[in-house]
Amino acid sequence: MNTIAERIYDFLKGFPPFSMLAPENLRAICKSVEVHYVEKDSFVFKTNELVKDTFYVVKDGDIGLFSANNELVDECDEGDIFGLRALMRQGTYVLSAKAIEESIVYSISSKLFDDHIAPTPEASKYLMSNLASNYRKSHNEDHNHTNISSLENTASGFTDLLEEQTADYSKNPIVCSPETSIKEAATLMTEKRVGSIIITHKNKPLGIITDKDLRTKIATGTFSIHDQVKDIMSSPVITYPTNITVAEAQIAMIKHKITHLCITEDGTVNSELTGILSEHDIIVIRENNASVLIKEIKRTKSVNDLKQIRLRAQKLLNRYIEQQIPITFASKIITEINNSITCKLIENAVNSMPTSVPTSFAWLAIGSQGREEQLLLTDQDNSLVFNDVPKKDLQKTQSYFLELSKKVTQDLNTVGFEFCPANMMASNPKWCLSLLQWKAQFKRWITSPDQDHLMLCTILFDFEPIYGNKELVDEMAEGIFDSISHHEIFLNHLGVNALKNPPPLSFFRQFLVEQSGEHKDQFDIKARAMMPLVDAARLLILSNNIKSHNNTILRYKKLMELEPQNKDLYNDALLAFKNLLQFRTEQGLKHHDSGRFIDLKSLSKVNRLQLKNCFKTIKDIQELILVRFNLSQFL
Amino acid sequence: MFDTETTGLNPKVDRILSIGTVAIEHKVIKISDSFECYISQDIFNHESVKIHGLLKTGPHKKMEEKDAIVLFLNHIQNAVLIAHHAAFDIAMIQAALKRMGLGKLKNKVLDLGHVYKKAEINRSLKAHVSLDELAEQFNIPQHDRHTASGDAYITSLLFLKIIAKYQQKKEIHLHDLQSPVSNIGFM
Repeated sequence: MNTIAERIYDFLKGFPPFSMLAPENLRAICKSVEVHYVEKDSFVFKTNELVKDTFYVVKDGDIGLFSANNELVDECDEGDIFGLRALMRQGTYVLSAKAIEESIVYSISSKLFDDHIAPTPEASKYLMSNLASNYRKSHNEDHNHTNISSLENTASGFTDLLEEQTADYSKNPIVCSPETSIKEAATLMTEKRVGSIIITHKNKPLGIITDKDLRTKIATGTFSIHDQVKDIMSSPVITYPTNITVAEAQIAMIKHKITHLCITEDGTVNSELTGILSEHDIIVIRENNASVLIKEIKRTKSVNDLKQIRLRAQKLLNRYIEQQIPITFASKIITEINNSITCKLIENAVNSMPTSVPTSFAWLAIGSQGREEQLLLTDQDNSLVFNDVPKKDLQKTQSYFLELSKKVTQDLNTVGFEFCPANMMASNPKWCLSLLQWKAQFKRWITSPDQDHLMLCTILFDFEPIYGNKELVDEMAEGIFDSISHHEIFLNHLGVNALKNPPPLSFFRQFLVEQSGEHKDQFDIKARAMMPLVDAARLLILSNNIKSHNNTILRYKKLMELEPQNKDLYNDALLAFKNLLQFRTEQGLKHHDSGRFIDLKSLSKVNRLQLKNCFKTIKDIQELILVRFNLSQFL
Repeated sequence: MFDTETTGLNPKVDRILSIGTVAIEHKVIKISDSFECYISQDIFNHESVKIHGLLKTGPHKKMEEKDAIVLFLNHIQNAVLIAHHAAFDIAMIQAALKRMGLGKLKNKVLDLGHVYKKAEINRSLKAHVSLDELAEQFNIPQHDRHTASGDAYITSLLFLKIIAKYQQKKEIHLHDLQSPVSNIGFM
């Protein structure tokens, strides 16, 4: 190691996490550090710039981190690290780093980080918690000014972000060289079942042949099939960059009167071909947009068609997640589609019953569906309430609705919402009741809150009317509040229940994983991270006497209004829940399951960090509940 | 950026004891792209030991002058060389090349002192400004002064600071910073 690296070594070893590294690791870092001189008021990086492949340590001076609206978020002086969160998150910088005084800054590449810092548990743990403590500020920052987030508010109706989405293009275009014979090219196109082939040289697009060229230039006898493709190709090709939106692509096709666009790295013919976007791709995207799906649901008659639509909705969800459309927006769309399918199935079932409906009823989604937090295809949870009838007709009426429910739940199962293994369905006589029966049942649970009853409360209190008479549902809700107001101790029990799952970090900030069973060593994100937030929100909103707020995110929003003194905490809880929902959905889509159990080893640094931050919030909110409901005596 | 430690100040008699370099690319100092070597010499000057602290049998692994020069040349390739009082360091290298029967170094050379003058940061300049003075003026901690690498590093930081100042005034070009040919040629 030479003299300069030695000096850097002496400096860095005085500061964590470098102080925690083995000498050989720190030496390796010091040998490859880069040294920057940053003049006062000049930038190391700026908001929205692409994240550089490095993070920074301040050697001398003072670097300020500024938000997009030029607010000082953090200040780093000697030995402080910055730019690491961005490095782990990738994408673009959220903050700008500007020298408040003239500064000398070391940059350390992500490769050095991966090779020499990450493998030291103590060091990476230090960085995690260090970043976590700064998280709230910049986290809120993230949410305040990304363009997408602002869409969330405007997307309250039922609009679709389709035009804004980047177009999904085919990433493995079929290509051949200019000297290929037309016959060979046509054979290749036939084999690969594509309508076009791109002629490339050194992977740069030269020209294109489509089915139409074969019709107009070959079948007419103008050219022979033994001629070379370069004789008939259309050239030059029209190229666009990879982030072309659906709207742009359509305009481009109309403008150039073509059906295929070449996608290249920088959008010019001089860079490498990365894909091809055809008119057909655009049509597929349009067909799978949400409003089209809803229209089709309304038109369709067969359960099988609905199943297909549900599968397309899943693809739509996939695209939303890939393109980082806000999770609240995505869940709104998916819930809307699921509800439309359910309504359609209920309509069908009602029409197929031998007699007409004896009295008014409402179909309720319960649990996560009732909270509109279900994005992935999971099992169905539902219940039914019907209007009170004379006592003598009660049994007959219930049988009628059970029959109806059986049809609906069966069809839902066919469409892809599997039967609930715990039989929480309207086809179960326990969950297909008259209004009076429901009220009595809720009252029983509230007045004798044992473990089973509390569990049922957490599922059945979150109901959302999907179909039928909404007034019945409102009265059910009234019943709950009425009973609670006479038995307020119930809230304490619900509170104890909400604290059942402590924050999933053990004393050493490690993840608690499942100890046994099928999911041994996996992390149960639903039970250990999401449910505590859901349970807390329900309890707090019930104790505030607020009706018709079922969705956890909306509940926290409402709580922020109601309790300005706890606004920050509720906002954190809301963001944490959004993150978890997003995360679970991504995991589910990736592994084609419910996303509930997560293999921690498969997580990236940033994902782990995000999860851990959510847990911090869970801890805070559970503490609030502990104090507010005076629960220490119950525990 | 480079610097040499020598047995004295006369290129004709004195010898190089150590060469240190560090690269600057796009205004970033790349530690990974640095070079350091110590040379065993028969000529020894008790006086200069006080400055550079290099003993005849020091702790550093030493090599033959010709090997060191070859490694140095391989390392620098056709980079622009920058040094404080570059004329002296270049003269020392040229002398070594001559002893090896080789031609002259053809790299472009910038002298930090000259760059400093060009930047016109301080108009009341004396003819020569020392590295110590510059380091003090620019607030650079003087670790490892009088080791070849240490001086090369200090020179690098100075260079970055000076051109940052210079750039505030006008756009910068290599030819703006080069010394008059006659100055370099004095050796």
